[in-house]
Amino acid sequence: MIHSLLLYGFLMASLAGAAAMLVLRHPMHVALALVATMLCLAGVYAMMGAHAVAIFQVLIYVGAVMVFMVYVIMLLDVRDPSLARRFSGLLWPGAIAGIALVTWLGRDAWEGLAPFVAGEPVTLQAFAVALLHDYWLHFELVSILLVAAVAAALAVIAVGRRPRG
Amino acid sequence: MDSLQLLGWSSMALFSIGLVGVVVRRNVLVMLMCMELMLNAVNLALVVFGQRAAAMEATVLVFLVFVVAAAEIAIAIPIVLLLVRRRRSMDADSYMELRG
Repeated sequence: MIHSLLLYGFLMASLAGAAAMLVLRHPMHVALALVATMLCLAGVYAMMGAHAVAIFQVLIYVGAVMVFMVYVIMLLDVRDPSLARRFSGLLWPGAIAGIALVTWLGRDAWEGLAPFVAGEPVTLQAFAVALLHDYWLHFELVSILLVAAVAAALAVIAVGRRPRG
Repeated sequence: MDSLQLLGWSSMALFSIGLVGVVVRRNVLVMLMCMELMLNAVNLALVVFGQRAAAMEATVLVFLVFVVAAAEIAIAIPIVLLLVRRRRSMDADSYMELRG
């Protein structure tokens, strides 16, 4: 009982945080709403038995990606025209299309799926063994991708610093 | 009592909210964060079905998606910084000449 209550509570809180992202004005508030959404999703993962994924969600998403995002928001001048006018000209078409998408996809998702029965919880040990034993090649390829991303980020910054003329 | 319908529907709703956010908001950083929300929604669906099938592959795939998201944000943020430095604005409408 308490398990289901927590699962649905986290799920509803994550949906509420996502909805708040649409209407909040300041980018910092949007970032905090996104952090709350991600933490609630980590709670959902933990309640479903995916403890390893919950840990990575907190460590990588909230700990790294969103802290980076918050720093960039603090770095940039946020007194911007986009603060006074939050929404673009596509507000009404976008909102109507979004509601239509939720209704259309939501009906299929609601009717077409069987009840959720969680399998065995994935332990961190089993995950670590699988990652470094069966999927070591993917692990190494991802590390190459990360190095390429860092090099690309440095290249983009270097383009910005080149004198114009 | 746990329902796959509700979990799948929530994932779909989170994705739709992210998509609407990318379309309706003006601020470039907010649009970027809405893209992150879409990625999170896809991850939620992946974890739900992975847990249901008790598949280790799903957990590994989610981990790889996390790393790709980190790489994506590491490239996207410098691009946004570059655009803002050029145009002194975070309003997506001020980059109108980018259209084809």
